[in-house]
Amino acid sequence: MPKLSYLKALNRALGDEMARDGSVCVFGEDVRVAVSYVTAGLVRRFGPERVLDTPISEQAFTSFATGAALAGVRPLVEFQIPSLLFLAFEQIANQAHKLSLMSGGRLRVPVTYLLPGSGSRESWAGQHSDHPYGLFAHVGVKTVVPATPTDAYGLLLSALRDDDPVVVFAPSGALGVREDVDFAALGPVPLGLGRVHRAGTDVTVVAVGHLVHEALAVAEELAGRVSVEVFDPRTLHPLDRAGLAASLRRTGRLVVLDDSNRSCGFAAEVLATAAEGPRLRAAPRRVTRPEGAVLPFAPALDRACQPGRAQLLAAIGEVTGVLVGEVTGVPGEGGGT
Amino acid sequence: MTADAGLYRTVALIRGFERRAVELVRAGVVPGGIHPCTGQEAVAAGTCAALRPDDLIASTHRGHGHVLAKGADPARMMAELAGREAGLNRGRGGSMHAADFALGVLGANAMVGAAVPIAAGAAWALRRAGSDRVAVAYFGDGAVSQGVVLEAFNLAALWRAPVVLVCENNGFATSTRTADAVAGSVLGRAAAFGIPALAVDGTDPRAVLAATAEAVARARAGGGPTLLECAVYRFDAHHTWEHAARPGYRSPEEEAAGRARDPLEVQGARIPAAVRAAIDAELDELLDAAVEFARAAPHPDPASALAYLYATEVG
Repeated sequence: MPKLSYLKALNRALGDEMARDGSVCVFGEDVRVAVSYVTAGLVRRFGPERVLDTPISEQAFTSFATGAALAGVRPLVEFQIPSLLFLAFEQIANQAHKLSLMSGGRLRVPVTYLLPGSGSRESWAGQHSDHPYGLFAHVGVKTVVPATPTDAYGLLLSALRDDDPVVVFAPSGALGVREDVDFAALGPVPLGLGRVHRAGTDVTVVAVGHLVHEALAVAEELAGRVSVEVFDPRTLHPLDRAGLAASLRRTGRLVVLDDSNRSCGFAAEVLATAAEGPRLRAAPRRVTRPEGAVLPFAPALDRACQPGRAQLLAAIGEVTGVLVGEVTGVPGEGGGT
Repeated sequence: MTADAGLYRTVALIRGFERRAVELVRAGVVPGGIHPCTGQEAVAAGTCAALRPDDLIASTHRGHGHVLAKGADPARMMAELAGREAGLNRGRGGSMHAADFALGVLGANAMVGAAVPIAAGAAWALRRAGSDRVAVAYFGDGAVSQGVVLEAFNLAALWRAPVVLVCENNGFATSTRTADAVAGSVLGRAAAFGIPALAVDGTDPRAVLAATAEAVARARAGGGPTLLECAVYRFDAHHTWEHAARPGYRSPEEEAAGRARDPLEVQGARIPAAVRAAIDAELDELLDAAVEFARAAPHPDPASALAYLYATEVG
C-alpha cells in the first residue's frame, strides 16, 4: 500500500476539492510557491485567480475572504504561523463566526483557515510556537486538529465543504507522520466525530494532533500491564461528548494529553465534561503546557514546557494505581502534570 | 417620482424612521439604544440611488440609513430594532446589525472599519465571477486610522476590486475630533494607495449621487476602487445612551451651525411643496404602521436563543 504523509494529505485534499468545486480559492502569504507545501502545484493546476498571494496584511485578507465567501467563493486562508491568529482573531471570532447568528441565519461564511505548522517547532521561540486551538473552540468557531494523514485529508475536505468558518490546526509535530493508505478509500471525515485509535479497558487517554501518536506509543509501552484506550476527538468544537462518555464508561479513568496551556484550556474542558458525567473510578489528570506559558527559545526550555511521554506515563500510573515509572526507553521530558 | 423627489423621500424616510426609533428607545420598546444618523441621511440616499438592486453594501453601527436606502422594509427593520422574531434578522442582530441580505446588504458592522475588507472581498468575488456588480463600503472618520481599513485599501487597489469606499466624516469619533485623531487627511489615505478620491458635500443628496455614480461607473468598467469623503454633521448624540446633558464636546453654536445645513431642507427645497407634503403624508402613514407592526410583533422564543449560530449544524 502506498505511503501518504500528513502534509501531502492536506495538499491532496485541497487539490481534489479545488478540482471538484470551482468556487474554492486559496488566499495566503507565499501560497503560490507553497512555502508550507500545502499549496504545492495548485497555481499550476488552477491558475493565479484561484491561488492568491496576499500582501502581509492578515486582518484585511482574512475579512476579504469573508466578503468573498458572502459573494459565493469558498476560500481557504492559509496562515504560516499560528500566532498570526491572534492578529486575525477579530476577523474570525468576531466577524466571520458571528454573521450567521446576527443575521438570523441569513448569512453564511464558508471559509476554512488552515494552520500548517501549529504548536512548537524547533526553537521558533515565543511568537511562533503557540497552539491556540482552545481559543477558537471557546468562542464557538468550529475547530479541527487532525492526527493522521487519513484524518487530515478527510477533515480538511469536510472543512472546505462546511458552510461555516472552520479553523484547521495541523500540528507541526504531525506534519511528518506517514501512513499506509488506500487512496481510493480516502474521503470526508465528519466534523464532531471522535475516533478510538486503540481500544482499552483501564484508562482513557484523550489526545489530539501529534499527541495522539505520543499516547499510542505510551499505550504500546504499557501493553500487558495497563490497557490504555486512546481517544482522539479530532474536532475540539463541536466536541464528541458522546464518544468521550462512551470511552469513559468503558474505562472509568481519564488522562488528557493537551499541547496547550493548562488554565482554561482544552484539557480542563475534557476534565470538566468527565466530572459532569458518571463518577470516574479515580481522579482524572491532565498533562499540558504549564499555566500561562510562553515557549522559550532554548531547546531544553521549549521541551520543558511541552507535555510528553514521561508525564503521561506518570499520570497514567497515578490514575490506575499501577507503577509505570519503571518502563524503559522513554525520554525524560519536563512540563507539569 | 422624479429623481429629486426620490432622494427627498429617502432622506425623509430615514429621518422619520429614526425619530420614531428614538421614541421607542425612550419607551423601552427598542432595547439597547441606537446610533441615529440624523443629519447624515444624504449619504445613504445619494449613494444607494446610484446603485442597482443587485449591487452590495456593507454598513456600520450607524447603519439604519444605508439599509433603508437600499430598500429594507421599515416595518421589519423597526421590528429588528425591537428585537422581534419578525425583524429583518429575526431579532438576533438589533440596531447595530440590522441588515437585509436579500437586498445585498452584507451586514451592518459594529466594529469600526470592519466592513471595508468584507465589502472589498465581496466586490472582488463579483468581478471574478464575470459580473459588473459593485459593492459599497461605509465607514466613519474614526475608521481611517484602523489598520485593517488601510490594509483593505491596499488589497482593493492592488486587485482592482469594484468597491466604492464611502467615508462619512462627521467630525467626531464618538467625542474625539477628527483633527485630534487623524494625522494627514482622509483623502491622503487614498492617495497613498493610488486610489482616486473626492471630497463630497455629504449634506447634499444630489452631490453624493453624482460622485457615487462616477465612482460606480469606474468600478463597473474595471477601474477599481474610489474613495468618497462625505462631509456630514451628526445632529444628535453618538448614541441614545450618551449622557443626556451631552458630555460637552460640541458647543451649542457649533451644533446650531451644523444643523443649519440639513439634508432634509436642502433636498426638500428642490421639489414642489405639494409633492413634499404628499411624500411626508405617505411616510407618516408608512412609519406609523411600522411602529405598530414592531410593537405588536412577537418576541423570539428564549429556547431558540442560539438558533442560527451555525449555517451547518454538526453531528
